[in-house]
Amino acid sequence: MLNASLSELSSALARRAVSSVELTKLFLERAQRLNATLNAFITLDPEATLAQARAADALLARGEGQALTGIPVALKDIFCAQGWLTTCGSKILSNFVSPYDAHVVERLQAAGAVNLGKTNMDEFAMGSSSETSFYGPVRNPWEQTRVPGGSSGGSACAVAARMAPVALGTDTGGSIRQPAALCGISGLKPTYGVVSRFGMIAFASSLDQCGPMAKSAADLAPMLNAIAGFDARDSTSLERPREDYARCLDQPVAGMRIGLPKEFFASGLAADVARALEAALAEFRALGCSIVEVSLPQTRLAVPTYYVLAPAEASSNLARFDGVRYGYRAPDYADLREMYMKTRAQGFGAEVKRRILIGTYVLSHGYYDAYYLQAQRLRRLVAQDFANAFGRCDVLMGPTSPTTAFKIGAKTADPVQMYLTDIYTIPAPLAGIPALSIPCGFGEDGLPVGLQIMGNYFDEARMLNVAHQYQKATDWHLRAPPIE
Amino acid sequence: MEWEPVIGLETHAQLSTRSKMFSGASTAFGAAPNTQACAVDIALPGVLPVTNRAGVERAIRFGIAAGGAINTRSVFARKNYFYPDLPKGYQISQYELPIVRGGSIPIHVGEVEKVIRLTRAHLEEDAGKSLHQDFRGMSGIDLNRAGTPLLEIVSEPDMRSAAEAVAYAKTLHALVRWIDICDGNMQEGSFRCDANVSVRPAGAERLGTRCEIKNLNSFRFLERAIQFEVQRQIEILEAGDRVSQETRLYDPDRDETRPMRSKEEAQDYRYFPDPDLLPLVVSEEWIAQIRATLPELPGAKRDRFQREFGLTAYDASVLTAGPEIAAYFEKAVRELPGQAKLVANWVMGELSARLNKEDIDFNQSPVPPTALAGLLRRVADATLSGKLAKEVFDAVWAGEGDADRIIELRGLRQISDAGELERIAAEIIQSHPAEVADYRGGKEKAFNFLVGQVMKATKGKANPAQVNQILRRLLSG
Repeated sequence: MLNASLSELSSALARRAVSSVELTKLFLERAQRLNATLNAFITLDPEATLAQARAADALLARGEGQALTGIPVALKDIFCAQGWLTTCGSKILSNFVSPYDAHVVERLQAAGAVNLGKTNMDEFAMGSSSETSFYGPVRNPWEQTRVPGGSSGGSACAVAARMAPVALGTDTGGSIRQPAALCGISGLKPTYGVVSRFGMIAFASSLDQCGPMAKSAADLAPMLNAIAGFDARDSTSLERPREDYARCLDQPVAGMRIGLPKEFFASGLAADVARALEAALAEFRALGCSIVEVSLPQTRLAVPTYYVLAPAEASSNLARFDGVRYGYRAPDYADLREMYMKTRAQGFGAEVKRRILIGTYVLSHGYYDAYYLQAQRLRRLVAQDFANAFGRCDVLMGPTSPTTAFKIGAKTADPVQMYLTDIYTIPAPLAGIPALSIPCGFGEDGLPVGLQIMGNYFDEARMLNVAHQYQKATDWHLRAPPIE
Repeated sequence: MEWEPVIGLETHAQLSTRSKMFSGASTAFGAAPNTQACAVDIALPGVLPVTNRAGVERAIRFGIAAGGAINTRSVFARKNYFYPDLPKGYQISQYELPIVRGGSIPIHVGEVEKVIRLTRAHLEEDAGKSLHQDFRGMSGIDLNRAGTPLLEIVSEPDMRSAAEAVAYAKTLHALVRWIDICDGNMQEGSFRCDANVSVRPAGAERLGTRCEIKNLNSFRFLERAIQFEVQRQIEILEAGDRVSQETRLYDPDRDETRPMRSKEEAQDYRYFPDPDLLPLVVSEEWIAQIRATLPELPGAKRDRFQREFGLTAYDASVLTAGPEIAAYFEKAVRELPGQAKLVANWVMGELSARLNKEDIDFNQSPVPPTALAGLLRRVADATLSGKLAKEVFDAVWAGEGDADRIIELRGLRQISDAGELERIAAEIIQSHPAEVADYRGGKEKAFNFLVGQVMKATKGKANPAQVNQILRRLLSG
């Protein structure tokens, strides 16, 4: 059951071979047991979770089950869930019990899914290692001295360690794909605007997207089906005809043109990662795909562009955390100014403060044009690169991360070193295009390697198709970390 | 040295939409604190703004009515600063690309007419309220007002006196009410003015250093504050000092402006386009539709009143000062064509005075337009003397019925019967030989006395013109 696919679980539930309560207890028990070491969850509430499982069982008993009915789903603690502590990995929200559900939480609930618990993450989604959480670092289930990646490290760890069959994460500069790669699972960042951001605590509004994380592309599709779609409460949400993202999973991919951005295979890419990628590409050739070299010339500007724009938006989005209306407020202060200063100094971690300062700086008078405005112009060039590339290929492929999982603490001394690990994942959100990561082998240290697939706007179905065909021909996605 | 004040006004008009600019919470005034602030207004984690179409529509209405241009593409921007009544830590406003650019407001001060140009008008959301008393050293924050739609209307620094500034503010106030975008209730904070004031030597080109006086919520305070500030700046400059640029508040108890308590350094608001909102795009079709629904604007109505009813410019101005008085006048005059001047006099005079005294609006007058027309019809056809008309008016106001009924019941019909008047006049002449002799001796005053006596004998009902005529004739014979 722990290794079963979503469709296997779904059919078992529908057949009443297993109940949602039984299934949920199975994952809950494992989660509670493993969390002491892996720290993937911030909040587990068995009572609330099992109440939802019982409700799902009632639906299933009436024959009203759908694809996700009764399935336990782990939620990154960035999603507001009514009645649940929602911390965003931060001290400043350590007492915030959300009075409302995020759009995606509503959707999952409507689909009959069960909230398994809230997963750990880099504080306010700022990080690539899940080390900046106020609740302690998450550990990579493949090797517990290593990071699981970030910022959705808790969700990735939960799926990889079989504490949850599926999870939700968010991706702003790579925060779904990179932890998926480092933990050996599959994760998808949809086209910007496809999934509503209402109820998803904002980091960088023009980049943030919610996406599913699971053991396979075939499992990602029904999750995306459940959460995608227009929401009037999010003004950046797109109104488009409904689509079934699983509709072409089984289509043969012979003839598909795969573009390899040469900038993604230059220096900086670890040799063992490059080797795993090579082997994966050979598989795609065997499936009948053609491979063409393309260029994304602005790639080298993507990281600096992102690290101007994302902090700028974050510095404004995080201004509401001021101790006035909810959340942590410093206990001792003499006046308003002191209350603000102490609350935010005590409530935010170092990386969050760093980014707020950078963001405030690049928006400030005299620097706005040179930094923020310039970064917006460069962003457009990055998007143009992709448009040009998709004129010559159907999907783009490359590494997700330059290395396999690094040791906890290895990159915390130099923030820029940490930022540079995002080099391959940052371009896609800058352009708003969809991107996913699937496991494609192991590095020389036995740690997972991820393959990144990027598609044109709204091309998720085709990307899932090519990923699924690869996963039918290989078994990397079936490997699990050696944990009892 | 002759000094010239230079004044520009920034006005915040609360738009009369039912819900807030970026959320669905109610904008109704007077609710218990924090009962009209939804998750979006409180800035809970994860919430997002959604633009209120009715707010945009009202902004466009204003732009058209003020003769400005509508930017078919405008952008919402975040104005970032920390204050407890600003839940998000930023205000959603418009910065580089506002929805309205240009426009103008014609004003008159006495007989002098002038046009005040507008720079722009943009949409934004209001902050909540901070209450600093009653909380024992703390402050209470009420977020009911947070998110209410505002239209910020910015004038060019075209005004040269407090009087001009007040005339502008009053005309703008009347306009926003006229086109029904704002209720103009200044006590409730629906219409707030900030004045930018500087002085310079008369004839100079360069502007002096200006001070901003914030949150003036009555025309009287606006006038007094500007007068004080102009004088204050002149005194500084005449002493050879320099005016420092600062934000000031007006204290009505002391009748002076003071620097704001919190000494603000020049605030850097770090404006940037709000990534949660798409650029605001409005179609030419929609603008045309809105234009078609606008009522006849004050200027056009004033011109028409002059043309159609032969009124003077002054009378037409007074009668188009507000939509209610204009509607009242027009309704009344259509019942009594050919008597526009008579109707105008009564509407501007007796009726206005009475409504003012009892603090009632024209559209709630106990004497509706048809009733006034009915009364004035009897004055026009000489059934009722001018003097008695006031008595009848009061009776109609008191609800005793229409003019004809009251005239009948009280027997107030004007006596125009020549025979009757001759009889009474002859009696008066008979019984006042001294005054008759005085009159014949050249004292005009004696004649007035005799007229008065006839009026008294008829209890005011005699037709005065006729009485005059008859007495003159009888006395000359």
